[in-house]
Amino acid sequence: MSARLEAAFGKNRAALVTFVTAGDPSAEATLEVLDALVAGGADVIELGMPFTDPMADGPSIQAGSLRALKAGMTLKGTLEIARRFRAKHDGVPLILMGYLNPVLSYGLSFAEDAVAAGVDGCIIVDLPPEEDQELGPSFRDAGLHFIRLATPTTDAARLPAVLSGASGFLYYVSVAGVTGTRAAEAPDIGEAVAAIKRESNLPVAVGFGIRTPQQAADVARVADGVVVGSAIVDLVGQHGHGAPETVRAYVQSLASAIEAAA
Amino acid sequence: MTGKSLRAGPDTRGHFGAFGGRYVAETLMPLILELEREYRRAQADPAFKAEFEDLLRHYVGRPSPLYYAERMTEAVRQVAAQTGADGDTGAKIYLKRDELNHTGAHKINNCIGQILLARRMGKTRIIAETGAGQHGVATATVCARFGLPCTIYMGARDMERQQPNVFRMRLLGAEVRGVTAGRATLKDAMNEALRDWVASVSDTYYLIGTSAGPHPYPELVRDFQSVIGTEAKAQLQEAEGRLPDLLVAAIGGGSNAIGLFHPFLDDESVRIIGVEAAGKGLDGADHAASLSGGRPGVLHGNKTYLLQDEDGQITEGHSISAGLDYPGIGPEHSWLHEIGRVEYRSATDQDALDAFQFLCRTEGIIPALEPSHALAVVRKEAAAMSRDDIIIANLCGRGDKDIFTVAEALGVEL
Ligand SMILES: Cc1ncc(COP(=O)(O)O)c(C=O)c1O
Repeated sequence: MSARLEAAFGKNRAALVTFVTAGDPSAEATLEVLDALVAGGADVIELGMPFTDPMADGPSIQAGSLRALKAGMTLKGTLEIARRFRAKHDGVPLILMGYLNPVLSYGLSFAEDAVAAGVDGCIIVDLPPEEDQELGPSFRDAGLHFIRLATPTTDAARLPAVLSGASGFLYYVSVAGVTGTRAAEAPDIGEAVAAIKRESNLPVAVGFGIRTPQQAADVARVADGVVVGSAIVDLVGQHGHGAPETVRAYVQSLASAIEAAA
Repeated sequence: MTGKSLRAGPDTRGHFGAFGGRYVAETLMPLILELEREYRRAQADPAFKAEFEDLLRHYVGRPSPLYYAERMTEAVRQVAAQTGADGDTGAKIYLKRDELNHTGAHKINNCIGQILLARRMGKTRIIAETGAGQHGVATATVCARFGLPCTIYMGARDMERQQPNVFRMRLLGAEVRGVTAGRATLKDAMNEALRDWVASVSDTYYLIGTSAGPHPYPELVRDFQSVIGTEAKAQLQEAEGRLPDLLVAAIGGGSNAIGLFHPFLDDESVRIIGVEAAGKGLDGADHAASLSGGRPGVLHGNKTYLLQDEDGQITEGHSISAGLDYPGIGPEHSWLHEIGRVEYRSATDQDALDAFQFLCRTEGIIPALEPSHALAVVRKEAAAMSRDDIIIANLCGRGDKDIFTVAEALGVEL
């Protein structure tokens, strides 16, 4: 694991993983929101690579993607945001998250360019282990973590396939559904996380549907990381260029709840 | 047949050459694997095949006729003679009449096959996407026939353009959900159906309407639609005692085309042409020709040619025919294109409108705008071929649904 991810997941409490879409509503605005995430206490940042057809996302992140694309964001532009973020925040791990087509379109130099921009890992929602050959080898050559998703439909027979080639951490999607809609119950999440941890030493971060500090605290008690995305993207959507302060306060409320749950 | 059959694909991972595959979110992956297992069991089960064939015969009305379009053939010959050729050209044109199927298009063949699969899998709810509404109507039809609730996703813009089909679906008991996400057309309806499916995997079957999507959909849709080509081959054998020289079909996602083409892929003497929608012309952005105007990428679970910008964002196509208005194409077509077995051409909105009216007047058949694209290419090709040559065109849908669109294009107020 990279030193940055190791440190983020090595605290005596769950890590707070926060998601925001690159370029929503502009590159400059995103950089300010990223600063706010760090100031509010985020341990890991997921930066969404906008795509026209985000099939696994609910209305919040769809809207964020479209705002970013409308403002002209590209994958090159996303890497530039990453580079500028890294220049300011040396220690905070940065993960790119998105869909395969823009990455394929960018070409095989993507992994190297992402590492050069200071990116630690990448989540490609529509690239299951069955199609790993598409990007996996180039990620591993470049030292870019391939962060895989496990879900409630990933049964024990399938879990080893998901874990093979996974690195950095594992993202457990707590509900069968799209981002931002509903949340699972903490006891169910706890069982699922325990099942994964019997098969893997990777930290397990849990996301989908987590919005309130209370939910974050509940998940923090049973997982290594708590992922919050749609709620932050909603704040960016509502407050636009004025979002950073609201986002910082919100993230701080999550961070305190997680701290208190430890 | 020695050497490698072109009909053997996909491979075990669902790839046709570099295309196809299973590019879906992890939540759907186990379900797609289960669908494949169940499809293999169904293929090995004579009772499945018997039920499929029985429904095609008694409910859909198959076999559909293979009809010699004599007046169309004559009309093409006259034009050919006037425009200079040696007076000896003008191939015989046969039409595969899938527009006579129950619900008026080839879509129902696939729906029958998939609803039987859904029942085998114990699924109690069906979802589907639709563009023009033809696949939605066919899905709503089989759901009514088998008493399963269904939800059809349709772009809000398409709902406006295709109101009669929206009403048909509702009459049949379907819930039609308008999709306002993205640009509110077929591609967005498919996204929304996938989102529904991710949240309802345990009880819901996704009945995809074309030979695209994650493996095994392109394969199983092709297999169910191949009844078109299998029948046509036997029917032409009976009528003419031989193989055709040319097959022509229109391509949206590619299901009616692959259904006609697949049984002939290993017959080397048979030329095959797929026709994409060139909309207002291939030089601009207003077309839906993924092979002529796109490049390979990944969308909706498969790798295939896509309309996309230089950043890999999917662009919206345009065609006068809502059924061809899709930025992708089934992966098997991408492969057949790359190996050169099938030629892919295109026809513009105007070409299709002309061919639409031509068939109305020469044969007394009102075709859908989708196969009108194929007919436009048939007119050109037939004129240059020998009178001894034989063409089969897939008349995959009837034009009732399109009369408003055509009236508007012709400047007629209804
Ligand atoms: C009559 C007809 N033909 C063709 C198509 C395009 O689909 P495909 O290329 O899968 O045959 C449609 C789709 O709605 C249709 O209704």
